[in-house]
Amino acid sequence: MLNIVNKSPLDRGSLDSCLQSAEPGAILLIEDGVYAATRGSAGEARLKAAAGKFKLFALGPDMEARGIADRAMDGVTLIDYAGFVDLVAEYNTCQSWL
Amino acid sequence: MTIKKFMMVNRKAPYGTVYALESLEVVLIAAAFEQDVSLAFLDDGVYQLKKGHQTKGVEMKAFEKTYGALEDYDVTKLYVDQESLAGRGLTADDLCVPVEIMSRADLGKRMEEQDVLLSF
Repeated sequence: MLNIVNKSPLDRGSLDSCLQSAEPGAILLIEDGVYAATRGSAGEARLKAAAGKFKLFALGPDMEARGIADRAMDGVTLIDYAGFVDLVAEYNTCQSWL
Repeated sequence: MTIKKFMMVNRKAPYGTVYALESLEVVLIAAAFEQDVSLAFLDDGVYQLKKGHQTKGVEMKAFEKTYGALEDYDVTKLYVDQESLAGRGLTADDLCVPVEIMSRADLGKRMEEQDVLLSF
């Protein structure tokens, strides 16, 4: 399954809920969810711990908009909108953790 | 006109919601009425000031420059919570404008001095 998280990990529990509940698959961070993938943030450690279980992606345009594209942590692949579509097509189901 | 002390309390990241942009709108309105305006940034609100917004890809208006223009409206009191910055791997060097960085307790004291607090 492709899990999509669009909330900041410090503002809401969406990422934690996803990490705790989801079966192995992929996580795509979009909108304010991309803050989890920044070096030195609290989200980084949580994502690193989950890297064996999930393929990790973040939407590049959302990171650029927030001025954090140059701080993307290792282990997270930045994709564009076309890559977003490819991911949705690749997985049988997707779930948005709103 | 009576001048009141207004503080906008910004606690949300930019672009994901419209709060940050709306806060700036209210700042400019209050400044136009020559009120005593200050801005507080805490929690995810500190992300609003992260420099280098490139919003072409998401097709949204980048409002980073507006923070830089606040000085022209005599809005110079920008307060940032040190703890919120540190928790997000940010320092003063990462911010797009000069601010006063302080502890949460000192920020609370500034809040106590206000006539009107508006939360965003």
